[in-house]
Amino acid sequence: MSVVEIANLTKRYGSVLAVNDVTLSLEQDIIHGLLGRNGAGKTTLMQLLTGQDFASSGSISVFGAPPVENARVLQNICFIKESQKYPEDFRAKHVFTNAPLFFENWDSAFAEQLVAEFRLPLNRRIKKLSRGQLSSLGVIVGLASRAPLTFFDEPYLGLDAVARQLFYDRLLEDFAEHPRTVILSTHLIDEVQNLLQHVIVIDEGRILVDSDAEELRGSATTVAGTARAVDAFTLGRTVLSRQGLGALAQATLSRLSDEDRAAAAAAGLDITPVSLQQLVVSLSETAQAASAHSGTSAQLGTSTTSTQREK
Amino acid sequence: MIEDGRPIFVQIAEQIENDIIDGSLPEEGQVPSTNEFAAFHRINPATAGRGVNVLVENGTLYKKRGIGMFVSPGARERLLAARRDMFEKQYLRPLIAEAAKLGITRDQIAKLLQKDEV
Repeated sequence: MSVVEIANLTKRYGSVLAVNDVTLSLEQDIIHGLLGRNGAGKTTLMQLLTGQDFASSGSISVFGAPPVENARVLQNICFIKESQKYPEDFRAKHVFTNAPLFFENWDSAFAEQLVAEFRLPLNRRIKKLSRGQLSSLGVIVGLASRAPLTFFDEPYLGLDAVARQLFYDRLLEDFAEHPRTVILSTHLIDEVQNLLQHVIVIDEGRILVDSDAEELRGSATTVAGTARAVDAFTLGRTVLSRQGLGALAQATLSRLSDEDRAAAAAAGLDITPVSLQQLVVSLSETAQAASAHSGTSAQLGTSTTSTQREK
Repeated sequence: MIEDGRPIFVQIAEQIENDIIDGSLPEEGQVPSTNEFAAFHRINPATAGRGVNVLVENGTLYKKRGIGMFVSPGARERLLAARRDMFEKQYLRPLIAEAAKLGITRDQIAKLLQKDEV
């Protein structure tokens, strides 16, 4: 069952198309990764989904209704923003006394446990918190609110490696106990890739990838060897990216069958898997090249989407 | 533990199979829960569940309602047979290809194997 349905959604800021004709649905009780470069449109998309901004055109349905000024929809949403603003003179403890008023499923005991684990100083004024502590505060609210639809927009700016690992562990544990729909927007793809069930990659306001995470894993392979062998092997296949170094080359290709792998090995090529992060980088680069080539981003969307579907 | 570039559920299923083959998960023994797998490998619980389900569907594991997953009787023998069938393709072929690349003859491979048998 889908929690979010958007169709032909566009958001225009002056001449900039922040979200460009996006059609997408988000399934219930799944952890989604929303990935893409800076300025790709991730935050705008989340603002539209949480009713914090108006669409220029297209439709949005969240829990079956448009989210803008819709209390029934919004009370089921928690949106943890990269730069959440709090009232002047608010201390962290005030956030935790107010949160239960907004979130029906708020778990105070869980929040307390997280405050201790993240070592968040409750009595300090929020404007005196470090960047990492501010991020901890957001992460704790996002987890303890247990909202049926939770957005984390780059939740861990300034968080150290230990705190990030703590966030991933608690998210997985709590998600297992209390399944809900999570949208995690991030640049740290390597770190979160194993948490995700569904991956959405956005670039220049358009959806590049909308795929099951497991299908995406293993959907690309890098072959490396002499330039001649690489080029002979890649002839007639979809090449996502290619680098050369003198007589050597490596190319990233979409999914290879067992026979393809055997053929590549027989041709003396080294075959290595491509991580989700490398794949996203390759796809974004391919999209950029295609857009520079064709001159219109409209064609780019359809061509890359069809490449995705071929696999 | 979890490698890049291959579906995680496939790797989870393989690891459970390996544990059955080496005896650390005995037949009729209980398999850790999906959530335990998820927490241990730091992966999504649904993905862990998908790996376990592959083994339930092919009869390696069976479900006891309300209790959990158990290793089916005869599972180890079946897995061993399947892995032996794969041995040539997975291990021998790449070994021969690498040896050929390095100019190692089959006789030399045979000698190396005997030397290693001590």
